[in-house]
Amino acid sequence: MSSIARRINPRGLVSRSGPLGGLILLCIVMTILSPYFLTFNNAFNVGTQIAVVAILALGQTFVIVSGGIDLSVGSVLGLSGIVFGWATAVANQPLPLALALGLGAGAVAGLTNGVLITLGNLPPFIATLAMLSAARGLALVISGGQPLNPIPGVIQTLGSGDLFGFVPLPVILMLIMWALTIGILRSTYPGRCMYAIGGNEEASRLSGINVSRQKLFIYTLSGFFAAIAGVLLAARLASAQPQAGFTFELDAIAAVVIGGASLAGGVGTASGTLVGALILGVLRNGLNLLNVSAFWQQVVIGVVIALAVMTDTLRRRK
Amino acid sequence: MRMSKTMLLAVLALGVLAMTVAASCQRGGAGAGGSQKKIALSISTLNNPFFIGLRDGAQKAAKDSNVKLEVSDAQNDASQQQDDIQNFVTQQFDAILVNPVDSKAIVPAIKAANNANVPVIALDRGADGGKIATVIASDNVQGGEMAGKELAKLVGSGNVAQLEGIPGTAPARDRGEGFKKAMDAQSSLKLVASQTANFDRNEGLNVAQNILQANQAIKGIFAQNDEMALGAVQALKDRAGSDVKVVGFDGVDDALKAIKDGKMNSTIAQQPDKMGALGVENAMKVIDGKSVKKSIPVDVKLVTKDNVSDFLK
Repeated sequence: MSSIARRINPRGLVSRSGPLGGLILLCIVMTILSPYFLTFNNAFNVGTQIAVVAILALGQTFVIVSGGIDLSVGSVLGLSGIVFGWATAVANQPLPLALALGLGAGAVAGLTNGVLITLGNLPPFIATLAMLSAARGLALVISGGQPLNPIPGVIQTLGSGDLFGFVPLPVILMLIMWALTIGILRSTYPGRCMYAIGGNEEASRLSGINVSRQKLFIYTLSGFFAAIAGVLLAARLASAQPQAGFTFELDAIAAVVIGGASLAGGVGTASGTLVGALILGVLRNGLNLLNVSAFWQQVVIGVVIALAVMTDTLRRRK
Repeated sequence: MRMSKTMLLAVLALGVLAMTVAASCQRGGAGAGGSQKKIALSISTLNNPFFIGLRDGAQKAAKDSNVKLEVSDAQNDASQQQDDIQNFVTQQFDAILVNPVDSKAIVPAIKAANNANVPVIALDRGADGGKIATVIASDNVQGGEMAGKELAKLVGSGNVAQLEGIPGTAPARDRGEGFKKAMDAQSSLKLVASQTANFDRNEGLNVAQNILQANQAIKGIFAQNDEMALGAVQALKDRAGSDVKVVGFDGVDDALKAIKDGKMNSTIAQQPDKMGALGVENAMKVIDGKSVKKSIPVDVKLVTKDNVSDFLK
């Protein structure tokens, strides 16, 4: 399908406007309820707060579009952050090397997922569940369970600095990763393979796609995105935490699915995922602004996730 | 098929090998004294510097009094902890130290140990049933109150906010209760926001950011643990410690450093290593048939810039 044809495809339009409509509705409600919600400052607050999960979710989008699932992203985030933190704070390595090690650790963990799935013939759910445990364990082993710091000043700036004095750098990084994801999904061969494999793996194989090689790439990419998120989180906290990213995989998967992707594969967009992450972020932010009690917050978040995905599927059925 | 069976065998063999290596690494130092006492320690999670401190304290005390100490990590999973304790009972340990994931869910495991006549000592959190020789824990209510008074002293008058721990857990409840007691006892501070950040640094950062957005005039923050307090420090940037006072709880290394640097003002230090050491000491007493008190409080201490150097190792 040519890219123009896909852009005007009515189904594609609906699946993109569905979650966006939900986000707008949510923002209207929050604006009515809290005078502090609709301000530039708060918008950037939400942006910085979702950046880490959004980057994880963008990586997860590749996997879910191809019909897989990556449960390990939260732990891989933690492992990458710790490897980076260890290299810079404990082993005193120069920053570029520390960054390469941190990001490399995430990519290797992702590649290992891919190997387990393709060569080891494990279902993605199991392979990445195993990595969820192993990567978290390694993060604890390397760090001895302690937070590692200091994180170099340049990287701290990435976590808490602004561009032009008001656009937070984590938001910029998130937008770069978003653009990168759009580019990969829409305009590269591996990107189109992801939709093909998610749509029908056997047909993809018969039409000459090297499915195994593509899967290795897909899971490596997801691990790499998780590593970027890991370094960003360490930058925001000015410290690499061994428990960083604990249960983030659930938020990441929720963001992708709220964004209109199907867990059955073949459907999903980068923009949808970003909107999904924004819905979760706006919700948490708004509930804090309103000083809603902790017990009720969890109920509200659950209800909104269910509603968001339900309205989307109902719309698409029409 | 044959191929895959061979593969499976190879993988299993590798797994067994890995376990043996891991086990031998763990056991490396333990002596093989015949009558050496064996104590087990089941920790709720090692995913937190506090419990690492508790484990280290227990290990040191065990080494000093020449006892064998085996440690298991339940990873905050109550059913995992039940299995761990059942395994300890089967292995006929002389006493079991337990730091419960959940005070209710731990009861069946404690009863199992009671039935096998293995004495149980609870650390940091108590248990809602079964026979416990003693509970060794910090006084969290007292600590929360201490933190509230300290915040009042630091801020003078104005609006303050609280970052709460995981909803429904005992430390969150007790520290919140103590803090509320201190707030109710005075009239110059107004608690304008109280939100959970689940004892997590990242959530502490996000929630503090949101609270500050909704309440411009916040002059002080009490966080129910140091991790959240350090998150709030990140959210406050340059204002942390000066314009907005920050009081934490636990006394972990990062918080002590932040107090030294003036980014945090105070924390309530728990003494996890002392808690672990007291656990082993009292387990020895119980094994020797001596009596111990029903509950042993471990002091909490106020840490400020003036005395922080005493706590920094």
